[in-house]
Formats: sequence, structure tokens, C-alpha cells
Amino acid sequence: MNNGIVVVVAASGVLYGTPLLFAALGELLAERSGVLNLGVEGMMLVGAVMGFWTVQRVHGNSALVLTAAIFVAALAGAVIALIHAFLVVTLRANQIVSGLAVTIFAGAAGLSSYLGNDLNLADKPARHAFDNISPFGLEKLPLAGPILFGQPLLVYISWACVILIALYLSRTRPGLNVRAVGESPAAADAMGINVAGYRYAHTIVGGAFAGVGGACFSLSITPQWVDGLTQGAGWIAIALVIFAFWRPELCLVGAYFFGAFSALPFTLQARGVTIAPELFQALPYVATVVVLVIVSMGWTKRGLGAPAALGTPYVREEL
Amino acid sequence: MSVRIERRLEQPRWLGVAVPTGSIVLALLLTGAVLLLTGHDPVHAYHRLFNAAFVGKDALTQTIVSATPLAFTGLAAAAAFRMQLFNIGAEGQLYFGAIFAAAAGLYLHSWPSALLIAAMVVAGAFGGAAWAAIPGVLRAFCRTNEIITSLMLNYVAALILNYLIFDSLSYWRDTSTPEAKVFPQGKLLPDAANWPSWGIVHSGPGLVIPLGFGVAVLVAVGLWALYSRTRFGFEVQVLGDSWRAARYAGIRTRRKILAVMCLSGAIAGIGGASQDGDFRHLLDPRGLQQAGYGYAGIVIAALARYNPFAVVLISLLLGGLQNAGYALQGADFPSGLVGVMEGLILFCALGCELLRRYRVRVVRRAGPEPSVPATEPTS
Repeated sequence: MNNGIVVVVAASGVLYGTPLLFAALGELLAERSGVLNLGVEGMMLVGAVMGFWTVQRVHGNSALVLTAAIFVAALAGAVIALIHAFLVVTLRANQIVSGLAVTIFAGAAGLSSYLGNDLNLADKPARHAFDNISPFGLEKLPLAGPILFGQPLLVYISWACVILIALYLSRTRPGLNVRAVGESPAAADAMGINVAGYRYAHTIVGGAFAGVGGACFSLSITPQWVDGLTQGAGWIAIALVIFAFWRPELCLVGAYFFGAFSALPFTLQARGVTIAPELFQALPYVATVVVLVIVSMGWTKRGLGAPAALGTPYVREEL
Repeated sequence: MSVRIERRLEQPRWLGVAVPTGSIVLALLLTGAVLLLTGHDPVHAYHRLFNAAFVGKDALTQTIVSATPLAFTGLAAAAAFRMQLFNIGAEGQLYFGAIFAAAAGLYLHSWPSALLIAAMVVAGAFGGAAWAAIPGVLRAFCRTNEIITSLMLNYVAALILNYLIFDSLSYWRDTSTPEAKVFPQGKLLPDAANWPSWGIVHSGPGLVIPLGFGVAVLVAVGLWALYSRTRFGFEVQVLGDSWRAARYAGIRTRRKILAVMCLSGAIAGIGGASQDGDFRHLLDPRGLQQAGYGYAGIVIAALARYNPFAVVLISLLLGGLQNAGYALQGADFPSGLVGVMEGLILFCALGCELLRRYRVRVVRRAGPEPSVPATEPTS
């Protein structure tokens, strides 16, 4: 408790921002390939429930079980994303409606609740959860130590993911191809890039990231399962991608800001300061609208990174 | 052999009925498979679902209660989506309608009932339209994508709603008793603000129709007339089909965007007013947010292919599902089944929509295929 309030808020911003970061990275991959995925919330919830199921049912070494749980959560998110990909890529359905359908199907009143109930997971403490770890005693560092280190393992993994995705999109052939598919599928097709394949792959991998993001809640932040555990984090993740101009490194910064906003009211309350929590909770959404307006006003030279073909199906014969 | 998907040059009329019906049947089969896989008896579950939604005592009445807000948000979505204007903010616009209508109901408590109800409808429509005007103006004048702004504003609206009741001593909050200060809730509307309902069938299971549902049907008729019988509607359709053609024809796109956005918001707002007047009789943030009316409305509009009358019919179907979900909650009924079913119906409807617009043909490799390259492009 001898940490200043800034440190406490920043540390909780990192903790609460991590699920947002995972989900936003997934959404970023899908959107960069031109697929708008409004089903993130549903994918996160299914990832959360399946990850939690794994730690409850699989016996063994804690580290192994948690690794398995993360893979199961990723797989669950990927399977749900596959539905979305099939509908919007192969069947050319409206991406908005399909994404919302995914959230209704998998979300708080859908499959995640069904699974949680059927697998009898509710209201039980997790048998394994991620502990806070402090690599090389870095937590002792002044200021940055308690904020960035002494966090659960998933926080460090998310940093690796940010770096890998940033390098992937800017430095590798497939990464550049994804961007081509997202900007101009027709041109990409003419280059010989398999547009449908890229869109499938990135939507599915994006869903896996969302599943891991959901598992952050059920295995790390609040290690338990209740219906609607993520409480709208999926929607904030969608906002975050825009807020970060579709760039992974900015997603990291934005996620911690948004995470801090959502944790701030509780921290303040614990110190006897009462400010309406709604004020802080609304900030991510308002900030995203403001960023969108700035982007679309064209004050900046280029559109700041919104994939040009975002949300439009690609059919070779119809342009 | 290969499968080809090619555009239909003309769409046979029977497909417009066969495709939605087929997709609902397919969804029921898929849900049955989910139930079987998880060790439930699908026939038993469907039987109970159907009873709770349509057959049992008061079932149909409750179904209409659940269907009323869905009809409004469905019509709101249909109004905007017709023009390819993707207003997914019906959720927030419904909240704002409820806030404004509750304010009108509380403030004008001395007015005669009929006038007060009319005032609530107008206030609700105004509230919804005002909230929808934000993404509308941004889209019309800053070219900001309305999908994300209207989505984000849903959450802002929900937080404002919570603030009014849970975290402030606003005009809407009941502060008359000590308990009300501990357990925050909205101020009760005056009796004159309660919307009437009519018992149609008194014997058997019974059927009571609330005023709100009647208003929804009227709105559907009005929307149909506006879109198929007026110049405004024609211009909206042209804009929906081809933005560029409309511009060349001299149609004022900015005005139209703003008008359609506000119209859509107003319809959702009346849905909020109906929630206050018909069912809840106070501003009830939890109840309004629980069901996700706005999102379900988009789904309904898509299923109805933006036809207002079909929206009302399908809202009855999904309303029945939601009502059955509430009625069978707990007990031994699998929770979340209703969401799974709604989702599957949608997936099937979206998937089968392809069959209406395209035809799937299995072609032999030997035949001449000028438009399909012989090899798949590699990455």
C-alpha cells in the first residue's frame, strides 16, 4: 500500500488491459485482412469458459494444465471465428450481421452460458490460476518495476505477441500480403494471393487471440466462471483497434489506457474518493468516436491505416 | 467436378419464402444436434419451448410483451439498413427514448392520460432521434463510418442510463423513501402514463395486446408506405442500391443520411417509450439492458430482409423464443439455449441468403468454363 496511486492505477491498467490487448490483436489481424469481426465478445466468452473447463477437469502439473488451458481457449475462439469466416468469406454474408450473430450465438446468453451450465463450472474457484511472477527480480526497479513486472505470465506473453505481429505485418511476405488483401483484394488476387485463404486464416487466428483474451479473465484476473464474465471487453477491443490506428504497438498503449480507465473507479473508491464510475467507463468509447472522426475528417495525410476493403466481401467476378 | 457459385439473373418469388423457412428448419435441426451431443432430449426441450412460447397459459401474451421492443428495434434497423446505412445503435437509441419518455411521463403527470401517452411517444421518438443524430451528423458531414460510432454510443447511452439511476440523484430516480436511497431505482410513473392494453381472447390461454405492439404495427405500415409509396422512399432505395447513381441523379445524400438516421433512431426511441409506458412504469436500466433489444433487432431486420411486415412477424418468433427462455429459466432447462438457437437461426438465414442471390452448380471439368481459371491461385 505504500505505492503511490499512480503506480497502483498503472499496474491495474496493465493487468486489465491485457485481455483487451489479446482480443484487439486478434481483431487487428482480421481487420487488416478486410474482415470486420463484431463477434469478439462471443469468442472471448467461449475461450474463457473452455479455458476454465480445462483447468477444472485436467489433472496434472499446474504449468502444463495452464498451458493446455490456453491452447483450448485459443482453439475454442478459433472454432467460433471459423463460423464467422465461413459465413462472410465463402457465403459472402453481411459482416456486421454475421458478427452480431456470432456474439448472440456464443455470448452471455448463448453458447458460453450453455457450456458453463452443462459442464457445471459456475461459482467454483479455479483449481489452477496464473500467479504473478517477477522475472529476474525486475519488480524491484523503481516506478516501472511494480507497474510492468510482478504481473501474471500472460502479460509477458502479450508483449511477445505485439512484437511478433508488428514484425509479421511490416517485415514478412505473408504480412505484406495480408495488408494487400485488406487494402485491395482485387489487386491482391491479381498478384496471385489467395484472398479467401488469407481472410480465413487471419479471422481464425484472430478468434484464437480473442479466446486467449477471454481466458485472461477466467484464469488470471478473476479465476472463476460466471455468465458474461468479460462484461463487454470484446466491444472495447474493437474500439481499441480503431483507437490504435490498426497498429499493434499502439494497441499495447491503448489497451493499458483503456484498462486503467476501467480499473480507476475501483482504485479511487478504495481510497474514499467517489466519482461516478460511468465517467471513466465511458472514456474508451468516447475517445474511439473522437479518433474515428479525426481519422475520417482527412486532417491527416493518409487515412491513418483503416484497411480500405474493410467490411466488403470479395467476389472475383463482381467488382 | 467442381462447385461453382454464380449470380442468379432473376430471383424466383418462391425462393423468398422457401429460403427463410428452410433456414429456420435447418437451425432447429442443428440446435437439436447440439442438444443431443450434450445429452439432452431435443424433442422434450422443443416441446417445452413451444409450450412456453405459444401454447401455455398467458404464453402468447408474454410472447407479445417480449416481441414488442424487438419489433421496434427491428423496424429501426430495417429503416436504416434499406439505405445501406448501418445504424447498429438501436440499443442506445432505445435507452434514450426510454429516458425522454420517462421524463415526459413524470413531468406532465397532471395531463389527461391520452395526451400524456401521446407526449411520451413524441418524447421517446425525439430522444431516440437525437441520439441517432450524432452518428448521423458525423456520417453526413465528416464521412465517419456510422457502424462503429453508433456501436460505441450504445455503451455511452447505457452508462448514462446507469448514472441517472445508480450514481446520481437525478430527476428519474426515486428518492422518496429510505429504502429507495439504499436500493436505487427509478421513480414510478403516474397512473395516467400507463399505456392501455386490450384483452382479445379471454378463454383458454388468453391473449392481451399492449398498446405498444399496436403502435409497432402502425409504424410498420407507415414505414412500408413511406418506402414504397413516396418520393422520399424511392430516393432512399436508389441510395441503397447505388450511392453513385443517386449522386448523379441529384439526390441530396447528406440530408437523406440525417433524415433516415433520425427516423431509425425515432422508431427505436418509441420502443423505449413503450418499455416505460407498457411494461416497466419506471426507468429501469437493468431491465432495459438485459435483453439486448437493439442487437436482436438487427438480426430480425436481416431475417426479414428489411420488409416491415416481415419484421413484425419475425419479432413474434424471436419474442416467443426469448419469452420461453425467461419462463423456463433455471429448473432443468439448459441455460443459454435460446441464445444458441437465435444464433443458429441467424447463421442459417445468412448462409441461405446466398441461395437466393446465387445459384450453386456442380459442373464437370470437361465443360467450357471461360470465367474460371484452370488452377487455383497460390499465395
